[in-house]
Amino acid sequence: MQIIERFQFIFLVAGIGFFGLAFFVSGIVTVNAVSDLPYTTLEEIAEDVSPYFIALEQQYPEQFEKYYPGGPTSENYEAALLLARNAYIAEGCWHCHTQQVRPVANEDVRFGPVSTAAEQQHELMRPQLMGTRRVGPDLSRETGLRSNDWHAAHFYAPRSVSPTSVMPAYTWFFDGKQPNDRGIAMITYMQWLGSNVEEQQ
Amino acid sequence: MTVAAPPSRSLVNIGLVRAHIAVGFLFLVVAMLAGTLYALQFNNIYPFPGIEILSPGRIRMVHTNGVAYGFILNVFLGALYWVVPRLTKRRVADDRLGWLIFWVYLFIVLWAVVGILSGFAQAVEWGETPSAFAANGSWLFPIDELVMVGLTLIAVQFLVPIFKHGSKQPMYVSLWYFSVAFIWVIMTYAMGNYLPEMVPGAGGATYVGLFIHDLVGLLVTPLGWGMMYYFVPSLLKKPIWSHAVSLLGFWGLAFFYPLQGVHHFIYSTIPMFAQFGAVVSTVAIEIMVVTVFINFFMTLRGREIAPVVNMPIRWFYTGMVFYVITCIQCAVHVQFWAQEFVHFTDWVVGHAHLIMFGTFGFWLIGITTDLWPRVLGKSRWKYPTLHEATFWMCTIGLASMFISLTSAGLVEGFLWKSLAPWEASLESVRLIWMLRTATGLLMYAGVLLFVYNMIATARMSEAEAPQPAFAPAAD
Repeated sequence: MQIIERFQFIFLVAGIGFFGLAFFVSGIVTVNAVSDLPYTTLEEIAEDVSPYFIALEQQYPEQFEKYYPGGPTSENYEAALLLARNAYIAEGCWHCHTQQVRPVANEDVRFGPVSTAAEQQHELMRPQLMGTRRVGPDLSRETGLRSNDWHAAHFYAPRSVSPTSVMPAYTWFFDGKQPNDRGIAMITYMQWLGSNVEEQQ
Repeated sequence: MTVAAPPSRSLVNIGLVRAHIAVGFLFLVVAMLAGTLYALQFNNIYPFPGIEILSPGRIRMVHTNGVAYGFILNVFLGALYWVVPRLTKRRVADDRLGWLIFWVYLFIVLWAVVGILSGFAQAVEWGETPSAFAANGSWLFPIDELVMVGLTLIAVQFLVPIFKHGSKQPMYVSLWYFSVAFIWVIMTYAMGNYLPEMVPGAGGATYVGLFIHDLVGLLVTPLGWGMMYYFVPSLLKKPIWSHAVSLLGFWGLAFFYPLQGVHHFIYSTIPMFAQFGAVVSTVAIEIMVVTVFINFFMTLRGREIAPVVNMPIRWFYTGMVFYVITCIQCAVHVQFWAQEFVHFTDWVVGHAHLIMFGTFGFWLIGITTDLWPRVLGKSRWKYPTLHEATFWMCTIGLASMFISLTSAGLVEGFLWKSLAPWEASLESVRLIWMLRTATGLLMYAGVLLFVYNMIATARMSEAEAPQPAFAPAAD
């Protein structure tokens, strides 16, 4: 019996063995179940330039020309989405906003269609940004819900458009009161979130 | 029982114990300041609005990572340098390696704070420390890569004496936990910080869930229980109640804990079979936890006065009460019917504070209460009675924070389900969030008193120590 209290047994069975078993059962088997779903790269996402990105060029022509010279091309759209996704991570947006609609608690009524594993198989969900806390609402069905202007005002001073909000003001997304590269990108990203879902239906 | 062998002090590198504990509490002060600042954002009175590097979203990551890596791991390392040589009757692998780990680790934590505040965080909960390979990473901040090296060095440092001691004879319970914690954390850290960057969506979330859970369950929990199995019997001067129950608790934890990470994403897009499996193993481990809890409270039998008169024992057993509350809560709220309305709410935040501060924070403060005068070569604390104030401020602060966040979570969950406007959920918990800030300040004040006491004790000359009101047990 004393063998189970020796270092080798504990290290190999509990340390390596049980961890490996759990990693296989919870991790690899689970991930394998969703690995056949088609994956979309950012380049493919950016092929269809969002009308909201085109509208931003009209709304903020000087700022847009300064940060995204060449107009609302696929390349600029791709750069904006990538910049915004990285800012979304850096600012910890995902600590207070989720990107998943659950099939319970009337979430499909409040936010829109329930999330599927297939809709999340794209480069902007790598790393995943599903989130574990909702201080503000879910963002995965945000496309077209509000105007570009609303988002600009909301990022600059959240309580000007949403009086009970506790979101910080992201004034560094702006040069003065005009959105800069990150501001334009964040509005673009908000208007993109969920647009791949409508296409699937 | 092999604890407290007479010549053990000469085996211990006192300087390393002292340095790790001191730096750990320095980071606790910083991390709790960050948490307090973040709480102020919820009251819309954040003191530094419009400053990019002090954005509340970034400060939150300093709070969580500062507590986990700055405070908890540092103080655990200090305690390990005290406990492992005593249990193995051997010095750690290398003292110079110890100081290398100390300085490199200090640099890593500070540099990680700089990286997070300047916007290179990683999108992994509890693993926001920047990585050179992450989507939002930079080669300027290869924190995760350095941590991988550091964790390997830490494993070598402690596993060498444990191996020499325990490969030919049975080891004491504490060493079972330490033997696995160092290898578990290396594998957990690699999995959680790299796989989510490679696997998108639900697959990545699976690994993130495993990481969130394993970091607590496979590093902090085994180190914590290992410490309890050393400090409680040595302070009570009696053996643990049941060796069989110790075996049951260890193997139950080792088998079921790594299986349940997916329960952080119940009702998400992760395949349902994984979610069901995670819930089943979560309930299973709560049964194992109760056995450990029973083991320690039966050990207390005949010494029921100890938590009243012995300060470290009081911190330990209060932490255990919070632990068992957390675990019973976990067995309930992991159920699908409960996840429907507590997921995404402040309920979860309350749960996290109860386990991280209420249990592991309390245990580490208790360990420090015992060790600090000893590693300074002092016979007692400068202000022994100040511990009472610290204890009650932390306990009342934490309990009321837990109650306020739990109730806020229930309000939010039911209002969301009722389809009330989103603003209603924010409006309804406004006052609770103010109470939360107040409770946090109370805890913070308690910890500041403790740190003040640490500094005063360090600066106290032995001559001005008259009658020791609380004398640490002699070696």
